[in-house]
Amino acid sequence: MTEIRISGFGGQGIIRCGYIIGKAASIYDGKSATLTQSFGPEARGSACSAQVVIEKDRVLYPYITVPNILVAMSQEAYTKFESNLEKNGILLIDQDLVKPEKRRDQIKFYSIPATRIAEEMGNKIIANIVMLGFFTAVTKVITKEAGRKAIFGSVPERYIELNLKAFDQGYEFGKKLLSESS
Amino acid sequence: MKADPKRVLTGEHYLDGDHACAEGALAAGCTFIAGYPITPSTEVVERISERIPTVGGIFIQMEDELASMAAVVGASWSGAKALTVTSGPGFSLMMENIGLACMLEAPCVIINVQRGGPSTGLPTLTGQADMMQVRWGSHGDYEIIALSPNSPQECFFFTIKAFNLSEKYRVPAFVMTDECVGHMTEKVIIPEADKIELFQRRYTKLPPEEYLPFKPGPNLVPEMVKAGDGYRIHATGLTHDEKGYPVMNWEAQEKLVRRLVEKIRKNADDIVEYEEEETDDAEIVLLSYGISSRVAIPAIQKARAEGIKVGVLRLIVVWPFPEKRVYELSKKIKAFVVPEINYGQIVLEVERSVHGECDAILVPHGGGWVHNPEDIYRGIKEAVK
Repeated sequence: MTEIRISGFGGQGIIRCGYIIGKAASIYDGKSATLTQSFGPEARGSACSAQVVIEKDRVLYPYITVPNILVAMSQEAYTKFESNLEKNGILLIDQDLVKPEKRRDQIKFYSIPATRIAEEMGNKIIANIVMLGFFTAVTKVITKEAGRKAIFGSVPERYIELNLKAFDQGYEFGKKLLSESS
Repeated sequence: MKADPKRVLTGEHYLDGDHACAEGALAAGCTFIAGYPITPSTEVVERISERIPTVGGIFIQMEDELASMAAVVGASWSGAKALTVTSGPGFSLMMENIGLACMLEAPCVIINVQRGGPSTGLPTLTGQADMMQVRWGSHGDYEIIALSPNSPQECFFFTIKAFNLSEKYRVPAFVMTDECVGHMTEKVIIPEADKIELFQRRYTKLPPEEYLPFKPGPNLVPEMVKAGDGYRIHATGLTHDEKGYPVMNWEAQEKLVRRLVEKIRKNADDIVEYEEEETDDAEIVLLSYGISSRVAIPAIQKARAEGIKVGVLRLIVVWPFPEKRVYELSKKIKAFVVPEINYGQIVLEVERSVHGECDAILVPHGGGWVHNPEDIYRGIKEAVK
Protein backbone atom coordinates (compact mmCIF):
# COMPACT_ATOMS: atom_id res chain seq x y z
CA MET A 1 0.00 0.00 0.00
CA THR A 2 1.21 3.49 -0.83
CA GLU A 3 -0.25 6.59 0.76
CA ILE A 4 0.37 9.89 -0.96
CA ARG A 5 -0.41 13.46 -0.03
CA ILE A 6 -0.18 16.22 -2.64
CA SER A 7 -0.36 19.65 -1.04
CA GLY A 8 -0.14 23.31 -1.91
CA PHE A 9 -2.57 26.18 -2.01
CA GLY A 10 -5.98 26.37 -3.67
CA GLY A 11 -5.72 27.09 -7.39
CA GLN A 12 -2.41 25.32 -8.04
CA GLY A 13 -4.10 22.23 -9.43
CA ILE A 14 -3.27 20.12 -6.42
CA ILE A 15 -6.50 18.11 -6.58
CA ARG A 16 -6.10 17.70 -10.33
CA CYS A 17 -2.61 16.32 -9.78
CA GLY A 18 -3.94 13.80 -7.26
CA TYR A 19 -6.78 12.92 -9.61
CA ILE A 20 -4.36 12.12 -12.46
CA ILE A 21 -2.18 9.97 -10.18
CA GLY A 22 -5.23 8.00 -9.00
CA LYS A 23 -6.59 7.62 -12.51
CA ALA A 24 -3.21 6.50 -13.87
CA ALA A 25 -2.78 3.90 -11.12
CA SER A 26 -6.31 2.49 -11.21
CA ILE A 27 -7.21 2.64 -14.87
CA TYR A 28 -3.88 2.29 -16.70
CA ASP A 29 -1.61 0.48 -14.21
CA GLY A 30 -4.19 -2.07 -13.11
CA LYS A 31 -4.06 -1.23 -9.41
CA SER A 32 -6.70 0.31 -7.13
CA ALA A 33 -6.51 3.95 -6.14
CA THR A 34 -8.78 6.04 -3.96
CA LEU A 35 -8.59 9.82 -4.05
CA THR A 36 -9.95 11.96 -1.26
CA GLN A 37 -9.56 15.69 -0.83
CA SER A 38 -9.98 18.45 1.68
CA PHE A 39 -13.32 20.18 1.41
CA GLY A 40 -14.71 23.25 3.08
CA PRO A 41 -13.39 26.68 3.90
CA GLU A 42 -10.00 25.34 4.94
CA ALA A 43 -9.45 24.21 1.36
CA ARG A 44 -10.23 27.55 -0.29
CA GLY A 45 -7.13 29.62 -0.97
CA SER A 46 -5.04 28.34 1.90
CA ALA A 47 -3.30 24.99 2.44
CA CYS A 48 -5.04 22.43 0.29
CA SER A 49 -4.40 18.75 -0.07
CA ALA A 50 -5.34 15.70 -2.10
CA GLN A 51 -4.78 12.23 -0.72
CA VAL A 52 -4.35 9.08 -2.76
CA VAL A 53 -4.21 5.53 -1.41
CA ILE A 54 -2.88 2.96 -3.89
CA GLU A 55 -3.24 -0.79 -3.36
CA LYS A 56 -2.53 -3.81 -5.49
CA ASP A 57 -6.01 -5.13 -4.67
CA ARG A 58 -8.95 -3.20 -3.27
CA VAL A 59 -8.52 -0.09 -1.14
CA LEU A 60 -10.53 -0.74 2.03
CA TYR A 61 -9.82 2.20 4.30
CA PRO A 62 -10.16 5.22 2.00
CA TYR A 63 -8.10 7.77 3.92
CA ILE A 64 -4.36 8.09 4.33
CA THR A 65 -3.04 7.67 7.86
CA VAL A 66 0.75 8.10 7.66
CA PRO A 67 1.68 9.09 4.09
CA ASN A 68 4.73 7.49 2.46
CA ILE A 69 5.02 10.34 -0.01
CA LEU A 70 4.44 14.06 0.51
CA VAL A 71 4.44 16.55 -2.35
CA ALA A 72 4.56 20.14 -1.07
CA MET A 73 4.01 23.07 -3.41
CA SER A 74 3.68 25.82 -0.82
CA GLN A 75 5.45 26.74 2.40
CA GLU A 76 2.21 26.61 4.36
CA ALA A 77 1.42 23.12 3.12
CA TYR A 78 4.94 21.99 3.91
CA THR A 79 4.69 23.36 7.46
CA LYS A 80 1.27 21.82 7.98
CA PHE A 81 1.95 18.35 6.60
CA GLU A 82 5.69 17.62 6.88
CA SER A 83 5.61 16.23 10.39
CA ASN A 84 3.05 13.61 9.36
CA LEU A 85 5.30 12.12 6.64
CA GLU A 86 6.43 8.57 7.36
CA LYS A 87 9.87 8.19 8.91
CA ASN A 88 11.42 6.74 5.76
CA GLY A 89 9.10 8.62 3.45
CA ILE A 90 9.72 10.58 0.27
CA LEU A 91 9.40 14.37 0.23
CA LEU A 92 9.04 16.27 -3.04
CA ILE A 93 8.98 20.05 -3.08
CA ASP A 94 8.87 22.96 -5.45
CA GLN A 95 12.23 24.45 -4.49
CA ASP A 96 11.27 28.04 -5.26
CA LEU A 97 8.13 27.90 -3.11
CA VAL A 98 9.23 25.77 -0.19
CA LYS A 99 12.26 26.30 2.03
CA PRO A 100 12.57 23.17 4.17
CA GLU A 101 13.15 24.19 7.77
CA LYS A 102 14.62 21.01 9.07
CA ARG A 103 16.11 18.08 7.27
CA ARG A 104 15.10 14.67 8.48
CA ASP A 105 17.94 12.25 7.82
CA GLN A 106 15.91 9.17 7.01
CA ILE A 107 13.59 10.66 4.43
CA LYS A 108 14.37 10.81 0.74
CA PHE A 109 14.26 14.38 -0.40
CA TYR A 110 13.87 15.66 -3.96
CA SER A 111 13.27 19.16 -5.25
CA ILE A 112 12.37 20.73 -8.58
CA PRO A 113 11.65 24.32 -9.63
CA ALA A 114 8.30 23.16 -11.03
CA THR A 115 6.64 26.57 -11.14
CA ARG A 116 9.70 28.19 -12.76
CA ILE A 117 9.84 25.46 -15.42
CA ALA A 118 6.12 25.96 -16.07
CA GLU A 119 6.61 29.73 -16.39
CA GLU A 120 9.45 29.19 -18.84
CA MET A 121 7.09 27.02 -20.86
CA GLY A 122 4.72 29.98 -20.96
CA ASN A 123 2.10 29.18 -18.30
CA LYS A 124 2.57 28.61 -14.60
CA ILE A 125 -0.80 26.87 -14.48
CA ILE A 126 0.94 23.66 -15.60
CA ALA A 127 3.33 23.62 -12.62
CA ASN A 128 1.23 20.81 -11.13
CA ILE A 129 1.80 18.68 -14.22
CA VAL A 130 5.55 19.38 -14.18
CA MET A 131 5.45 18.16 -10.59
CA LEU A 132 3.40 15.14 -11.68
CA GLY A 133 6.07 14.17 -14.22
CA PHE A 134 8.76 14.66 -11.59
CA PHE A 135 6.75 12.59 -9.09
CA THR A 136 6.38 9.81 -11.68
CA ALA A 137 10.12 9.65 -12.41
CA VAL A 138 11.27 9.86 -8.80
CA THR A 139 8.74 7.70 -6.95
CA LYS A 140 7.84 5.23 -9.75
CA VAL A 141 4.44 4.85 -8.07
CA ILE A 142 2.81 5.15 -11.50
CA THR A 143 4.33 4.33 -14.86
CA LYS A 144 5.21 7.06 -17.31
CA GLU A 145 2.78 5.65 -19.89
CA ALA A 146 -0.08 5.59 -17.39
CA GLY A 147 0.66 9.14 -16.26
CA ARG A 148 0.62 10.44 -19.81
CA LYS A 149 -2.56 8.53 -20.72
CA ALA A 150 -4.33 9.79 -17.60
CA ILE A 151 -3.73 13.40 -18.67
CA PHE A 152 -6.16 12.87 -21.55
CA GLY A 153 -9.65 13.71 -20.37
CA SER A 154 -8.28 15.29 -17.19
CA VAL A 155 -7.27 18.67 -18.65
CA PRO A 156 -9.00 20.88 -21.24
CA GLU A 157 -8.53 19.39 -24.68
CA ARG A 158 -6.82 22.40 -26.21
CA TYR A 159 -4.10 22.21 -23.54
CA ILE A 160 -3.30 18.52 -23.83
CA GLU A 161 -0.10 19.04 -25.84
CA LEU A 162 1.14 21.64 -23.38
CA ASN A 163 0.34 19.38 -20.43
CA LEU A 164 2.08 16.39 -21.99
CA LYS A 165 5.15 18.56 -22.58
CA ALA A 166 5.03 19.74 -19.00
CA PHE A 167 4.78 16.14 -17.82
CA ASP A 168 7.77 15.13 -19.93
CA GLN A 169 9.86 18.06 -18.70
CA GLY A 170 9.20 17.16 -15.09
CA TYR A 171 9.84 13.50 -15.82
CA GLU A 172 13.18 14.18 -17.53
CA PHE A 173 14.24 16.50 -14.70
CA GLY A 174 13.53 13.69 -12.24
CA LYS A 175 15.32 11.05 -14.28
CA LYS A 176 18.39 13.26 -14.58
CA LEU A 177 18.36 14.00 -10.87
CA LEU A 178 18.24 10.27 -10.06
CA SER A 179 21.08 9.40 -12.42
CA GLU A 180 23.25 12.20 -11.00
CA SER A 181 22.65 11.13 -7.44
CA SER A 182 23.29 7.44 -8.05
CA MET B 1 -35.99 -3.47 -21.21
CA LYS B 2 -32.36 -2.46 -21.80
CA ALA B 3 -30.79 0.90 -21.09
CA ASP B 4 -30.56 3.45 -23.90
CA PRO B 5 -26.96 3.51 -25.27
CA LYS B 6 -27.25 7.29 -25.71
CA ARG B 7 -27.49 7.62 -21.94
CA VAL B 8 -24.81 5.17 -20.89
CA LEU B 9 -21.21 6.35 -20.68
CA THR B 10 -19.73 2.91 -21.30
CA GLY B 11 -16.10 2.59 -20.29
CA GLU B 12 -13.68 2.87 -17.39
CA HIS B 13 -13.85 6.16 -15.54
CA TYR B 14 -12.25 7.73 -12.51
CA LEU B 15 -15.28 9.22 -10.74
CA ASP B 16 -16.35 10.29 -7.31
CA GLY B 17 -19.42 8.70 -5.75
CA ASP B 18 -21.63 11.71 -6.46
CA HIS B 19 -20.75 11.73 -10.15
CA ALA B 20 -21.24 7.95 -10.28
CA CYS B 21 -24.77 8.40 -8.85
CA ALA B 22 -25.43 10.92 -11.62
CA GLU B 23 -24.28 8.47 -14.30
CA GLY B 24 -26.35 5.72 -12.69
CA ALA B 25 -29.45 7.90 -12.81
CA LEU B 26 -28.88 8.75 -16.47
CA ALA B 27 -28.28 5.10 -17.37
CA ALA B 28 -31.46 4.17 -15.49
CA GLY B 29 -33.42 6.48 -17.77
CA CYS B 30 -33.97 9.39 -15.37
CA THR B 31 -35.66 12.16 -17.36
CA PHE B 32 -36.42 14.65 -14.60
CA ILE B 33 -34.45 15.99 -11.70
CA ALA B 34 -35.56 18.75 -9.39
CA GLY B 35 -33.18 19.78 -6.68
CA TYR B 36 -31.89 22.37 -4.33
CA PRO B 37 -28.16 21.65 -4.24
CA ILE B 38 -26.66 21.07 -0.81
CA THR B 39 -23.22 19.92 0.32
CA PRO B 40 -22.08 17.12 0.07
CA SER B 41 -24.56 16.12 -2.66
CA THR B 42 -24.02 19.11 -4.96
CA GLU B 43 -21.78 17.24 -7.40
CA VAL B 44 -24.62 14.88 -8.30
CA VAL B 45 -26.83 17.68 -9.60
CA GLU B 46 -23.84 19.54 -11.01
CA ARG B 47 -23.10 16.63 -13.32
CA ILE B 48 -26.71 15.80 -14.15
CA SER B 49 -27.52 19.43 -14.93
CA GLU B 50 -24.77 19.39 -17.56
CA ARG B 51 -25.48 15.95 -18.95
CA ILE B 52 -29.25 15.57 -18.87
CA PRO B 53 -30.08 18.14 -21.59
CA THR B 54 -27.77 16.26 -23.98
CA VAL B 55 -29.60 12.93 -23.55
CA GLY B 56 -33.19 14.11 -23.20
CA GLY B 57 -34.44 15.30 -19.85
CA ILE B 58 -34.92 18.25 -17.57
CA PHE B 59 -33.08 19.62 -14.57
CA ILE B 60 -34.80 22.31 -12.52
CA GLN B 61 -33.14 24.10 -9.68
CA MET B 62 -36.04 24.65 -7.29
CA GLU B 63 -36.58 27.26 -4.62
CA ASP B 64 -36.20 24.73 -1.80
CA GLU B 65 -36.41 21.06 -0.92
CA LEU B 66 -40.18 21.06 -0.30
CA ALA B 67 -40.72 22.18 -3.86
CA SER B 68 -38.07 19.79 -5.18
CA MET B 69 -39.84 16.78 -3.74
CA ALA B 70 -43.26 18.07 -4.84
CA ALA B 71 -41.99 18.53 -8.39
CA VAL B 72 -40.63 14.99 -8.36
CA VAL B 73 -44.03 13.57 -7.40
CA GLY B 74 -45.73 15.55 -10.16
CA ALA B 75 -43.14 14.61 -12.76
CA SER B 76 -43.43 10.96 -11.81
CA TRP B 77 -47.19 11.02 -12.40
CA SER B 78 -46.64 12.66 -15.78
CA GLY B 79 -44.56 9.66 -16.86
CA ALA B 80 -41.04 10.81 -16.00
CA LYS B 81 -38.45 8.82 -14.13
CA ALA B 82 -37.88 11.42 -11.46
CA LEU B 83 -35.02 12.06 -9.06
CA THR B 84 -34.01 14.45 -6.35
CA VAL B 85 -30.76 14.66 -4.44
CA THR B 86 -30.07 16.09 -1.02
CA SER B 87 -28.39 15.81 2.37
CA GLY B 88 -29.49 16.07 6.04
CA PRO B 89 -31.22 19.46 6.35
CA GLY B 90 -32.78 19.15 2.90
CA PHE B 91 -33.87 15.59 3.66
CA SER B 92 -35.81 16.87 6.69
CA LEU B 93 -37.58 19.41 4.50
CA MET B 94 -38.55 16.72 1.99
CA MET B 95 -40.28 14.53 4.54
CA GLU B 96 -43.81 15.83 4.03
CA ASN B 97 -43.77 15.29 0.28
CA ILE B 98 -42.00 11.95 0.63
CA GLY B 99 -45.16 10.94 2.50
CA LEU B 100 -47.17 12.27 -0.43
CA ALA B 101 -45.08 10.15 -2.82
CA CYS B 102 -45.84 7.09 -0.68
CA MET B 103 -49.56 7.88 -0.59
CA LEU B 104 -49.76 8.62 -4.33
CA GLU B 105 -47.52 5.64 -5.07
CA ALA B 106 -45.31 7.83 -7.23
CA PRO B 107 -42.20 5.95 -8.35
CA CYS B 108 -39.21 8.20 -7.64
CA VAL B 109 -35.65 8.09 -6.37
CA ILE B 110 -34.12 10.22 -3.64
CA ILE B 111 -30.36 10.24 -3.15
CA ASN B 112 -29.28 11.29 0.34
CA VAL B 113 -25.54 11.94 0.60
CA GLN B 114 -25.50 11.80 4.39
CA ARG B 115 -23.46 14.26 6.44
CA GLY B 116 -23.06 14.83 10.16
CA GLY B 117 -26.17 16.09 11.99
CA PRO B 118 -28.44 17.02 13.70
CA SER B 119 -29.41 20.34 12.11
CA THR B 120 -26.76 21.82 9.79
CA GLY B 121 -24.19 19.68 11.60
CA LEU B 122 -21.15 18.91 9.49
CA PRO B 123 -21.80 19.97 5.88
CA THR B 124 -18.49 18.65 4.53
CA LEU B 125 -18.09 15.55 6.70
CA THR B 126 -19.69 12.16 6.75
CA GLY B 127 -22.48 10.53 8.77
CA GLN B 128 -24.95 7.62 8.66
CA ALA B 129 -27.48 9.06 11.03
CA ASP B 130 -30.46 9.39 8.67
CA MET B 131 -31.08 5.65 8.51
CA MET B 132 -34.15 5.74 10.76
CA GLN B 133 -35.36 9.04 9.34
CA VAL B 134 -35.49 7.50 5.87
CA ARG B 135 -37.70 4.73 7.26
CA TRP B 136 -39.96 6.71 9.57
CA GLY B 137 -39.39 10.42 8.87
CA SER B 138 -42.76 11.22 7.34
CA HIS B 139 -45.94 10.84 9.34
CA GLY B 140 -48.30 7.90 9.03
CA ASP B 141 -47.71 4.26 8.20
CA TYR B 142 -45.84 3.36 5.05
CA GLU B 143 -42.90 1.39 3.69
CA ILE B 144 -40.01 2.53 1.55
CA ILE B 145 -36.95 0.94 -0.04
CA ALA B 146 -33.41 2.08 0.81
CA LEU B 147 -30.01 0.97 -0.49
CA SER B 148 -26.58 1.88 0.82
CA PRO B 149 -23.44 1.85 -1.39
CA ASN B 150 -19.84 1.73 -0.15
CA SER B 151 -17.96 2.80 -3.28
CA PRO B 152 -18.42 4.98 -6.36
CA GLN B 153 -18.86 1.80 -8.40
CA GLU B 154 -21.79 0.83 -6.18
CA CYS B 155 -23.17 4.37 -6.37
CA PHE B 156 -23.57 3.76 -10.08
CA PHE B 157 -25.22 0.34 -9.79
CA PHE B 158 -27.33 1.04 -6.70
CA THR B 159 -28.85 4.16 -8.27
CA ILE B 160 -30.01 1.97 -11.17
CA LYS B 161 -31.32 -0.64 -8.72
CA ALA B 162 -33.18 2.10 -6.83
CA PHE B 163 -34.92 3.24 -10.02
CA ASN B 164 -35.87 -0.34 -10.90
CA LEU B 165 -37.28 -1.14 -7.47
CA SER B 166 -39.08 2.18 -7.31
CA GLU B 167 -40.75 1.58 -10.68
CA LYS B 168 -41.64 -2.00 -9.82
CA TYR B 169 -43.25 -1.25 -6.46
CA ARG B 170 -44.36 2.34 -7.03
CA VAL B 171 -42.66 3.55 -3.93
CA PRO B 172 -39.93 6.12 -3.21
CA ALA B 173 -36.54 4.37 -3.29
CA PHE B 174 -33.58 5.91 -1.54
CA VAL B 175 -29.86 5.74 -2.19
CA MET B 176 -28.44 6.32 1.28
CA THR B 177 -24.87 7.16 0.49
CA ASP B 178 -22.66 9.45 2.58
CA GLU B 179 -20.06 12.20 2.27
CA CYS B 180 -17.12 9.79 2.38
CA VAL B 181 -18.40 7.66 -0.50
CA GLY B 182 -19.82 10.68 -2.33
CA HIS B 183 -16.51 12.52 -2.34
CA MET B 184 -14.11 9.63 -2.83
CA THR B 185 -12.85 9.08 -6.35
CA GLU B 186 -12.24 5.57 -7.66
CA LYS B 187 -12.45 3.53 -10.81
CA VAL B 188 -16.02 3.08 -12.02
CA ILE B 189 -16.73 0.60 -14.78
CA ILE B 190 -19.84 1.49 -16.74
CA PRO B 191 -21.03 -1.51 -18.76
CA GLU B 192 -22.53 -1.50 -22.21
CA ALA B 193 -26.14 -0.34 -22.34
CA ASP B 194 -27.42 -3.79 -23.30
CA LYS B 195 -25.95 -5.22 -20.08
CA ILE B 196 -28.10 -2.86 -17.98
CA GLU B 197 -31.58 -4.19 -17.33
CA LEU B 198 -34.29 -1.62 -16.58
CA PHE B 199 -37.72 -2.25 -15.15
CA GLN B 200 -40.41 -0.74 -17.30
CA ARG B 201 -43.25 1.00 -15.50
CA ARG B 202 -46.54 -0.87 -15.85
CA TYR B 203 -49.11 1.25 -17.65
CA THR B 204 -52.70 0.15 -17.93
CA LYS B 205 -54.11 -1.26 -21.13
CA LEU B 206 -57.67 -0.74 -19.94
CA PRO B 207 -59.86 1.91 -21.55
CA PRO B 208 -60.50 5.03 -19.42
CA GLU B 209 -64.02 3.93 -18.42
CA GLU B 210 -62.73 0.71 -16.85
CA TYR B 211 -59.49 1.97 -15.33
CA LEU B 212 -59.15 2.37 -11.56
CA PRO B 213 -55.92 4.16 -10.64
CA PHE B 214 -55.52 2.52 -7.22
CA LYS B 215 -56.76 -0.97 -7.94
CA PRO B 216 -53.99 -3.39 -6.99
CA GLY B 217 -52.37 -5.28 -9.88
CA PRO B 218 -49.46 -7.75 -9.72
CA ASN B 219 -47.65 -7.65 -6.34
CA LEU B 220 -50.40 -5.39 -4.94
CA VAL B 221 -49.09 -2.58 -7.16
CA PRO B 222 -51.64 -0.63 -9.24
CA GLU B 223 -51.04 0.07 -12.91
CA MET B 224 -50.36 3.67 -13.87
CA VAL B 225 -51.43 6.13 -16.51
CA LYS B 226 -49.64 9.28 -17.52
CA ALA B 227 -51.30 12.53 -16.62
CA GLY B 228 -52.35 14.03 -19.92
CA ASP B 229 -53.06 10.73 -21.70
CA GLY B 230 -56.80 11.25 -21.61
CA TYR B 231 -57.63 9.31 -18.46
CA ARG B 232 -59.58 11.35 -15.92
CA ILE B 233 -57.87 10.54 -12.67
CA HIS B 234 -57.89 11.87 -9.19
CA ALA B 235 -54.81 11.59 -6.99
CA THR B 236 -54.91 12.88 -3.44
CA GLY B 237 -52.95 12.69 -0.23
CA LEU B 238 -56.23 12.02 1.54
CA THR B 239 -57.17 8.42 2.20
CA HIS B 240 -58.76 7.25 -1.04
CA ASP B 241 -60.54 4.36 -2.67
CA GLU B 242 -59.54 2.54 -5.85
CA LYS B 243 -60.95 5.39 -7.91
CA GLY B 244 -58.64 7.77 -6.08
CA TYR B 245 -61.49 9.66 -4.45
CA PRO B 246 -61.21 10.70 -0.80
CA VAL B 247 -63.04 8.40 1.60
CA MET B 248 -62.97 9.37 5.25
CA ASN B 249 -63.58 6.17 7.16
CA TRP B 250 -61.63 3.40 8.81
CA GLU B 251 -62.53 0.77 6.24
CA ALA B 252 -60.93 2.73 3.42
CA GLN B 253 -57.95 3.54 5.63
CA GLU B 254 -57.49 -0.13 6.50
CA LYS B 255 -57.68 -1.23 2.88
CA LEU B 256 -55.29 1.42 1.58
CA VAL B 257 -52.66 1.57 4.32
CA ARG B 258 -52.57 -2.17 4.62
CA ARG B 259 -51.82 -2.47 0.91
CA LEU B 260 -49.16 0.30 1.03
CA VAL B 261 -47.39 -1.64 3.76
CA GLU B 262 -47.97 -5.12 2.38
CA LYS B 263 -46.82 -4.39 -1.14
CA ILE B 264 -43.33 -4.10 0.36
CA ARG B 265 -43.58 -6.56 3.29
CA LYS B 266 -45.10 -9.37 1.21
CA ASN B 267 -42.52 -8.84 -1.51
CA ALA B 268 -39.59 -8.43 0.89
CA ASP B 269 -37.91 -11.61 -0.40
CA ASP B 270 -37.77 -10.07 -3.85
CA ILE B 271 -36.47 -6.72 -2.60
CA VAL B 272 -34.06 -7.64 0.21
CA GLU B 273 -30.45 -8.00 -0.93
CA TYR B 274 -27.30 -8.62 1.07
CA GLU B 275 -23.84 -10.12 0.79
CA GLU B 276 -23.14 -13.01 3.13
CA GLU B 277 -19.74 -14.46 3.81
CA GLU B 278 -18.40 -17.23 6.06
CA THR B 279 -21.51 -17.42 8.21
CA ASP B 280 -21.67 -21.25 8.19
CA ASP B 281 -19.60 -21.77 11.32
CA ALA B 282 -19.44 -18.15 12.47
CA GLU B 283 -19.39 -17.20 16.12
CA ILE B 284 -19.79 -13.54 15.38
CA VAL B 285 -21.46 -11.89 12.40
CA LEU B 286 -20.50 -8.40 11.45
CA LEU B 287 -23.62 -6.68 10.12
CA SER B 288 -23.13 -3.35 8.43
CA TYR B 289 -23.94 -1.21 5.42
CA GLY B 290 -22.48 1.64 3.36
CA ILE B 291 -18.99 2.91 4.12
CA SER B 292 -18.97 1.22 7.55
CA SER B 293 -19.23 -2.19 5.89
CA ARG B 294 -16.06 -1.40 3.99
CA VAL B 295 -13.81 -0.02 6.73
CA ALA B 296 -14.88 -3.04 8.81
CA ILE B 297 -13.05 -5.44 6.46
CA PRO B 298 -9.53 -4.85 7.91
CA ALA B 299 -11.00 -5.47 11.38
CA ILE B 300 -12.62 -8.71 10.21
CA GLN B 301 -9.36 -9.83 8.60
CA LYS B 302 -7.43 -9.12 11.79
CA ALA B 303 -9.93 -11.01 13.95
CA ARG B 304 -9.96 -13.99 11.57
CA ALA B 305 -6.15 -14.08 11.61
CA GLU B 306 -6.45 -14.63 15.36
CA GLY B 307 -8.80 -17.54 14.81
CA ILE B 308 -12.05 -15.75 15.63
CA LYS B 309 -14.82 -17.01 13.37
CA VAL B 310 -16.35 -13.84 11.97
CA GLY B 311 -19.02 -13.95 9.32
CA VAL B 312 -20.36 -11.01 7.36
CA LEU B 313 -23.87 -9.88 6.58
CA ARG B 314 -23.48 -6.76 4.53
CA LEU B 315 -26.75 -5.03 3.65
CA ILE B 316 -27.17 -3.79 0.10
CA VAL B 317 -30.84 -3.08 0.72
CA VAL B 318 -31.18 -1.75 4.27
CA TRP B 319 -34.96 -1.21 4.10
CA PRO B 320 -36.83 -3.46 4.06
CA PHE B 321 -34.57 -5.00 6.68
CA PRO B 322 -33.60 -8.68 6.19
CA GLU B 323 -35.20 -9.68 9.46
CA LYS B 324 -35.76 -13.31 8.46
CA ARG B 325 -32.10 -13.93 7.71
CA VAL B 326 -30.95 -12.06 10.80
CA TYR B 327 -33.22 -14.23 12.96
CA GLU B 328 -31.97 -17.46 11.34
CA LEU B 329 -28.36 -16.48 11.95
CA SER B 330 -29.05 -15.32 15.49
CA LYS B 331 -29.88 -18.88 16.53
CA LYS B 332 -26.36 -20.14 15.76
CA ILE B 333 -24.12 -17.23 16.69
CA LYS B 334 -23.01 -15.41 19.81
CA ALA B 335 -23.50 -11.88 18.63
CA PHE B 336 -23.95 -9.46 15.79
CA VAL B 337 -21.45 -6.62 15.76
CA VAL B 338 -22.91 -3.53 14.13
CA PRO B 339 -20.64 -0.60 13.27
CA GLU B 340 -22.51 2.48 12.06
CA ILE B 341 -21.78 6.19 12.00
CA ASN B 342 -24.49 7.08 14.49
CA TYR B 343 -25.32 6.28 18.08
CA GLY B 344 -27.48 3.27 17.34
CA GLN B 345 -30.06 3.03 14.55
CA ILE B 346 -29.86 -0.14 12.45
CA VAL B 347 -28.60 -1.97 15.54
CA LEU B 348 -32.10 -1.44 16.99
CA GLU B 349 -33.53 -3.33 14.04
CA VAL B 350 -31.00 -6.10 14.65
CA GLU B 351 -32.03 -6.27 18.33
CA ARG B 352 -35.66 -6.50 17.30
CA SER B 353 -35.00 -9.22 14.73
CA VAL B 354 -32.91 -11.54 16.91
CA HIS B 355 -35.73 -11.98 19.43
CA GLY B 356 -33.25 -12.37 22.26
CA GLU B 357 -31.40 -15.28 20.60
CA CYS B 358 -28.05 -13.49 20.55
CA ASP B 359 -26.42 -10.16 21.41
CA ALA B 360 -26.34 -7.10 19.18
CA ILE B 361 -23.27 -5.01 19.87
CA LEU B 362 -23.13 -1.50 18.50
CA VAL B 363 -19.83 0.07 17.50
CA PRO B 364 -20.94 3.69 17.29
CA HIS B 365 -19.29 6.71 15.72
CA GLY B 366 -20.65 10.20 16.19
CA GLY B 367 -19.94 11.27 12.61
CA GLY B 368 -17.41 13.51 10.88
CA TRP B 369 -15.16 10.59 9.96
CA VAL B 370 -15.37 6.86 9.37
CA HIS B 371 -14.54 4.25 12.03
CA ASN B 372 -10.99 3.41 12.78
CA PRO B 373 -10.92 -0.34 11.92
CA GLU B 374 -9.26 -0.87 15.34
CA ASP B 375 -12.51 0.22 17.06
CA ILE B 376 -14.48 -2.35 15.08
CA TYR B 377 -11.86 -4.98 15.89
CA ARG B 378 -12.33 -4.17 19.60
CA GLY B 379 -16.09 -4.57 19.12
CA ILE B 380 -15.51 -8.06 17.71
CA LYS B 381 -13.19 -8.93 20.62
CA GLU B 382 -15.80 -7.75 23.09
CA ALA B 383 -18.42 -9.89 21.35
CA VAL B 384 -16.45 -13.16 21.71
CA LYS B 385 -15.80 -12.61 25.40
